[in-house]
Parts: sequence; C-alpha cells; structure tokens
Amino acid sequence: MTNKPPPRPWATDLYNLLKANDVSQFAYVPDAGHREIIDLSIEDPSVHSIALTTEEEGVALLAGADLGGKRGVLLMQSSGVGNCVNFLSIPKGGRFPFLTIVSMRGDFGEGNPWQYPMGQAVEPVLQAMDVMTMRVDAPEDVVPTTTAAINAVFKTESSVAVLLTQKLLGAKAF
Amino acid sequence: MAVPQQKLSPGYTLDRCDAVPRLLGTHEDFLIVTGLAGPSKDIAALTGDGNHVFTMAGAMGAATSMGLGLALAQPSRRVLVVTGDGELIMNVGSLATVAVTAPANFSMVCVDNGHYGETGYQQSHTGLGVDLEQMAIGAGFRWTSTVRDESELATASDLIRRDDAPVFVCLQVRPTDPPKAKRDMYPAHCRLRFRRTLLGHD
Repeated sequence: MTNKPPPRPWATDLYNLLKANDVSQFAYVPDAGHREIIDLSIEDPSVHSIALTTEEEGVALLAGADLGGKRGVLLMQSSGVGNCVNFLSIPKGGRFPFLTIVSMRGDFGEGNPWQYPMGQAVEPVLQAMDVMTMRVDAPEDVVPTTTAAINAVFKTESSVAVLLTQKLLGAKAF
Repeated sequence: MAVPQQKLSPGYTLDRCDAVPRLLGTHEDFLIVTGLAGPSKDIAALTGDGNHVFTMAGAMGAATSMGLGLALAQPSRRVLVVTGDGELIMNVGSLATVAVTAPANFSMVCVDNGHYGETGYQQSHTGLGVDLEQMAIGAGFRWTSTVRDESELATASDLIRRDDAPVFVCLQVRPTDPPKAKRDMYPAHCRLRFRRTLLGHD
C-alpha cells in the first residue's frame, strides 16, 4: 500500500457537515476525489459505509434508507453518473430525496481522452432526470454549496448532485 | 401464458401461486421490497398490496439494493427482498454488496422461473444453466438454499427468518403466470404509504 496524501481540510469539513445533518449511510464506488469521506465513514462506527459494485446500486440503496426513515449520500465519480440513469426513475417518480456528491473527470484540465465523453455529459444527463446540479470550484464553497444541496434534498424531497469540479480537485497528470 | 414443460430443467415444478405464500408464511413478519414483474404481483396478491410492502414496476435490478438500504435503516425489523431471476441477474453484483455489508436482518427470495415471464417467456440465464445460489455463495452469503419441491418449503421458511446473517433462497417455479393482483403503481404514493405506516409520519 502506498502512503496516502494528507487530508484536504474541505473534505473533513464536508464529512462533518453530512454527519451533522443526520446522514448515516455513505454509499460509494471508490474515487480519489472522495478518499477522505470514504475513509472517515469506514472508521466511524456510528454510520454505515457501503461499498457498491456499481453506482446505480447506491440510488436504490438511498431510496431504501428513506423508506426506513434514514438519510444517505452517494459518492461517485462522474463516470458513475452514466451507470445510474435508469435508477434515477426511483427518486424522480417516487419523490425520494436523493443526494449525490460527484467528483468530476473529463472536466477542467483533463488529460485522459476517455474521461471527456461522460464527464461532459454529466450535467445534461442528470438534468434530464430532474437532478439539480451544483458545481463547486473552490474549497471555501464546498460547505455552503453542500448545505444548500442538503436543504433542497431533505426539506423538499428533491434530487441534487454536488459536482466537485477539477478546478477544486485538480487534474490527474497524464 | 406458459412454455412447454420439456424446455425446462427438472427442478422447475412448483407453482409460484402456491409456493410463494407457503415459503413466506406470515408475511407480516417482514418489511418487504419487491422488484418488478412477477414477484411484485406474487406479493401484492399475498399481502393485498400491504402497507408493509414496497413494490416496483420499473428500475429493473433495484430491489436488492433498496432492501439493503432499508435493512440498514431498520435494524430491529426483518427485511425481505423478493425478486425474479431476470431482475437479479441484471444487477448480480448487488449480492456482493449485501454479503460484504452483512446486515443480520436481511433475507431475499428469488422467484426463479428460468424465463423472462413479463416479456413473453424468453428463456433467461438461469434457464440456460446459471446457478444463482452458487453466485450468492460466491458473493459470501452464509445462508443459502435452492427450493425445488414442496418438501423444502418449510425449512426455507425458517431460513428466511434467521437473524444472524443475510439469507438467499432461490425458489424454482414453473414458468406460469403470477396471480392477478391490483396494486398502487404510483411510487410517490407507495413511498408515503410505507413511511407513514412504518415511521408514523411522512
């Protein structure tokens, strides 16, 4: 195992924000953009940390959490948005609250040509399924934007994707 | 609608209209999530579209994961997922997610008729030889069973009530139609109905 880079302060703040808002199910397909939240959820005995095989499982899982009166979040990379499309029928048709945080690829500064097709399709695909998108480009905007998303999702039974852009995350070197 | 018996492997002899109710027994023991098509009708008929049931009529492949989220949210209640073989094979990775998450209050029944009954009884992967119980075992389910005849129903009915690890039961049935059942098809109604019954609020 390689040494992990130091945690980014905004990522710890984001985890604490989610917990303070009673998010107790953290579902994910791993991505470097979400590494701190995933690790914090694994280490935290007061939440469920659920490793998915494909992102669409998370959409259904969060609807199940809601049926049981609990809140969750789906953490995924932009490519995973494409895997979710049909299951977004569940929050759209069922008025289930749906919160996802998407780490973007195929975005600002991307050097991998495989990432652009889905990365550039993230917003139109989500909007086609009535998922609002909120982009975050700067560390100081992570908490305020996610707070706005949480309010929309859990107070109005809406679907929101917070997009952590490559301006925030940086582009992987190729 | 039904397909000729000679197309089937020897296991597919039970009638789902009889076997599903006998396997579940007292259905009120469970919070139930079903996938689309046949299993939704099996359970709607059995429970009278009960308030402890969330059935789907789309989002094929979602039932197992939805049941997992519910099981984690309600650890003191027993959750049962009822799915079909076509639905399960569409998202068979969800077996792995359940097994590694390992909620003790989670059971699932796959009503396996070896066919895609809803779309005209095309042969499915199980009908062509895929063994779903072996896939569940490979995923890490500790408790599994394949029910092929009436003598195995009572044991399986006890098995889905275990409370120490996730349970997978493959119920092999003839490819004949599920019972006719009326049910609410609007998911937003069904969500609120389920939550009001379970939680006492919207």
